[in-house]
Amino acid sequence: MVDGLNRAARKVPNWLFYVLGPLPAMWLLWQGIQGGLGVDPVKVIEHELGLIALQLLIAGLAITPLRRFAGLNLIKWRRPIGVLAFSYVALHLATWVLLDMQLYWEQMLKDIAKRPYITIGMVAFVLLVPLAWTSNNRSVRSMGAAAWSKLHRLVYPAVLLGAVHFVMVQKVWEAESLLYLALTVGLLATRIKLPRRDTARA
Amino acid sequence: MRRTTDLNTGLTHADITPRSVFLNRRSFMASAAAAGIFAGSQATARDFAGGETPNTLEEITSYNNFYEFGFDKGDPAKYAHALTTDPWSITVDGLVDNPGTYDIADLVDAAEIEERIYRFRCVEAWSMVIPWNGIELNKVLAKLGVQPGAKYVAFETLVRPSEMPAQRGGGNIEWPYREGLRLDEAMHPLTLLATGIYGAPMPKQNGAPIRLVVPWKYGFKSIKSIVRISLVDQEPPTTWNMLQPREYGFYSNVNPEVDHPRWSQATERRIGDGLFARRRETLMFNGYADQVASLYDGMDLTEFY
Repeated sequence: MVDGLNRAARKVPNWLFYVLGPLPAMWLLWQGIQGGLGVDPVKVIEHELGLIALQLLIAGLAITPLRRFAGLNLIKWRRPIGVLAFSYVALHLATWVLLDMQLYWEQMLKDIAKRPYITIGMVAFVLLVPLAWTSNNRSVRSMGAAAWSKLHRLVYPAVLLGAVHFVMVQKVWEAESLLYLALTVGLLATRIKLPRRDTARA
Repeated sequence: MRRTTDLNTGLTHADITPRSVFLNRRSFMASAAAAGIFAGSQATARDFAGGETPNTLEEITSYNNFYEFGFDKGDPAKYAHALTTDPWSITVDGLVDNPGTYDIADLVDAAEIEERIYRFRCVEAWSMVIPWNGIELNKVLAKLGVQPGAKYVAFETLVRPSEMPAQRGGGNIEWPYREGLRLDEAMHPLTLLATGIYGAPMPKQNGAPIRLVVPWKYGFKSIKSIVRISLVDQEPPTTWNMLQPREYGFYSNVNPEVDHPRWSQATERRIGDGLFARRRETLMFNGYADQVASLYDGMDLTEFY
């Protein structure tokens, strides 16, 4: 069955991601303009874009463990998922800057400095910028594959910070955001290379 | 921490409403609610919002923080219909001449209900304008007979997990939801016990059948679905302060100059203004400084936030 899935996955062209990926964002904006997002459309758009971003980041994080533990090879999808994830992070941030805070720069800079959940979200965004910048074949060639891979491990802290940001946005401990955090920690844990057990220890 | 339930209330069996009287009041309540009398629809509105256009009933009733029904702002509208609000009794205890468990109609005289249009400012930096129907809290307290030793008023919200899903678990709030005011704040003529909105009985997601409205404080001070009022001599514990003392103080006066660790309070978004509307400057004491600033003379509002 896995072989069948792998064959099917290979047939999915990358451009499909870039065609379908923006649809949720466009749908949100359309709904917001039409008045279909309730009485506070700005918050809904901001929240939904952030949630999609986190879901995409986690999906990207799941690809390597899926191959290692289930033999499912979706490596081909990792770049388009990553690029889309960054796009949604950027849209989430843009919503905050333009629609929510409306370019009140002084207030925003204070918020970034003073409010840990905003600081953390901002750091996650900054960590993702070089990854998005180098998500092309030319960068892989010019940097060398090893250095490029090393740089792209920045996605680990970025996703973790994104999940923590989601937990902290809530005023109380909330199941949904804690679930995303648990999933992130679980996927990151599969990357940890455990040292061989020290049998000589007394 | 002192709990209001630890107070010696001095309650005796004589203070408990006899069943026959209680049932009569139920029928009175039903007819009163049906006629809209209890919400005070005949009253002329007094505008305390500087002529700003009130939000629509749909906006007021579909965007609520009422954590007993869930943490999402849509949850109260989704789940609050299950709440039984009739019969409804309120326990009054502590330093009052007339403690007891009262049917709501005994505490609130329908004839005294008036309409007040207030600005409403949430600590999350959004705001609305709401036409409440209610009675000044000081009128109710006068009936109860506040004793000289009382310095604060403590309030509690209903605990009924069978009808309030979030009380069945999840989150880290210790129920009941608690709030409190200093006595002079409680006696201020702006402080309202509200029983309706737009001339209709209070919608359940907005805190039916009776809630507090303190327009110069952040919304969470305006406790919903009140079942206990206690007159006490010490500052009572309040839910958000118990949960996050660094973020939520006892006073929680709207103050654009005192930053909240979570939200800057300098500006706010008015609900209903639309996707591209400008933020508004937040007003000191939510615009009620002329009426209430003197209550805090000599107090450092960054310390007593």
